[in-house]
Amino acid sequence: MKHLQREHARRKRDMRREHARETWRLFCKNKAALFGLAILVIFVLVALFADLIVPYENAIAQDASVRLDGPSAAHLFGTDKYGRDVFAQIVHGSRRSLTLGIGTTLLSVVIGGLIGALCGFYGGKLDAIVMRICDIVMCIPALLFALAVVAALGADMINLIIAITIISVPSYIRVIRSVILSIVEQDYIYAARLCGTSNWKIILHHVLPNAMGPIIVQASMNVASMMLTAAGLSFIGMGVQQPTPEWGAMLNEARDSMLDGHLHLLLFPGVAIALSALSLNLVGDGLRDALDPRLKS
Amino acid sequence: MLKYICKRLLLMIPTLLGIIFIVFTVMNLTPGSPGRTILGTTATQEQVDQLNHELGYDRPFLVRFLDYCGDLLQGDMGTSYRTRADFTTELKGRMPTTLKLGIASFVLSSILGISLGILSAVKQYSFADTFCSTTAILFASIPGFFLGMVLIYVFGLQLGWFPTFGGTDFKSYVLPVITLTLSNTVIVQRLTRTTMLEAVRQDYIRTAKAKGCSKSRITWKHALKNAILPVITVMGINAGSVMGGAVICETVFSLPGMGTYILTAIRSKDIPVVMSSTVVLSLIFCVIMILVDVLYAVIDPRIRERVTR
Repeated sequence: MKHLQREHARRKRDMRREHARETWRLFCKNKAALFGLAILVIFVLVALFADLIVPYENAIAQDASVRLDGPSAAHLFGTDKYGRDVFAQIVHGSRRSLTLGIGTTLLSVVIGGLIGALCGFYGGKLDAIVMRICDIVMCIPALLFALAVVAALGADMINLIIAITIISVPSYIRVIRSVILSIVEQDYIYAARLCGTSNWKIILHHVLPNAMGPIIVQASMNVASMMLTAAGLSFIGMGVQQPTPEWGAMLNEARDSMLDGHLHLLLFPGVAIALSALSLNLVGDGLRDALDPRLKS
Repeated sequence: MLKYICKRLLLMIPTLLGIIFIVFTVMNLTPGSPGRTILGTTATQEQVDQLNHELGYDRPFLVRFLDYCGDLLQGDMGTSYRTRADFTTELKGRMPTTLKLGIASFVLSSILGISLGILSAVKQYSFADTFCSTTAILFASIPGFFLGMVLIYVFGLQLGWFPTFGGTDFKSYVLPVITLTLSNTVIVQRLTRTTMLEAVRQDYIRTAKAKGCSKSRITWKHALKNAILPVITVMGINAGSVMGGAVICETVFSLPGMGTYILTAIRSKDIPVVMSSTVVLSLIFCVIMILVDVLYAVIDPRIRERVTR
């Protein structure tokens, strides 16, 4: 019996590996997705090793002698109206922007996944109540609700993550619930039930692994828009606060300077946001095509 | 059908009550009181308490909640804590700006998005398709506030064709509408392309081809009618989110609409204004969603059969 179980586990592992390899092969075929992945890796590396590239002090140290300078050898991307180095701000801002995009997505997937799985699996009253609340929350304009939450909790990084998670969780709950609903009708779930497997074990070992594909697709398509929403909230001053470097907040600072013709303050953070969102979108599209070949032609 | 619409309208009441309760609770979690925000840090505690009492803010949470709901039922949307201005008057002044912005960009993005999506799907892998799809993913990645600022710089500052901020004439709407339209067009275009590609692979399309239907008839009558349903949902959501997106767009272009009004209200803990604005915007969103469902029933006889039964 022990031997059989070990054999079964080995075969399952092999199958998973095979599936991952196949997904990776399909992903690699997609040139745009690979390009996106390359940019994304660069951004992640910059965020991880920000302190090695340029010290954090450069991003917040004010220097009145070099206010609003254009790009030069000393300041690669120029300086802002307080004389802070824009390059250093971009490099260190990458940490916040990427954390906001990826962190909120992971958080919403975990929370939405658990609630959605419970609703889909057990149904009944719990399901009805949760779905009703989701309906209500989804009727409130998302950005407005996030604004109210940030205002209630106070504008900073953690609260911004909480606010964006709250507005995105309902849609995750819905997607995951509908996926789970289609899975619990499958024969292998009946088989597991017949074997006397506990509900928790069924959810964790049989239902969730099979629901992973659609969940990953939904999440990867959303990372970029979460990042843009976070940047947007910082832009209107309801997110990461000065002097902490963040791309959205930098663009807000750039508004007045731009009208005086200081274009570099607008372009560098803007391009940084757009480029990272583009890379996330391309990777998301590639993952969707690789995981769900049905959508491909 | 009429019965279905009435049922949906009635169901809107508990939803709206839920929304009011959630937002009211969130707004009351905010640290500080409106009195302190209005008078500033220099005022004494007595002055702050006095003002809070005048505003009725010192009453218990539930009393204020029920009071607000009661006023709302009588059509009284409340008065601003900050300016003491009547909300309804303010709404009349500001709503047209946001509506013009929203409707213009909704109409433009729907027309552009659907037609470009069909073009991409019908001529898959052609130059037009590649161009549209590449541009789409590019614009999906550019945040509206950055795009708006670039537009201001190029067309407002450098070329001087449009005003750089404010204003209520036709010209001052052009850049904001373009900004909002571009990001929404992308969503509609991408979805239309996907659903159209799925539709043209179905058996009934093959049947239509075998019958000898013309290509345009197949595209417009057989494929589009089936592909359009998910697109309508997304268009509805877009129309709703235009209201939320207006907050950022109006900030960039300094337009005196609902967006900038709500933002100021949230910042200064102006609870009546935040509440009533949320109610108005959510109401619009709910009505749009009902319209979407009714449209579903009009377009798809299968759904019509289900809802009218």
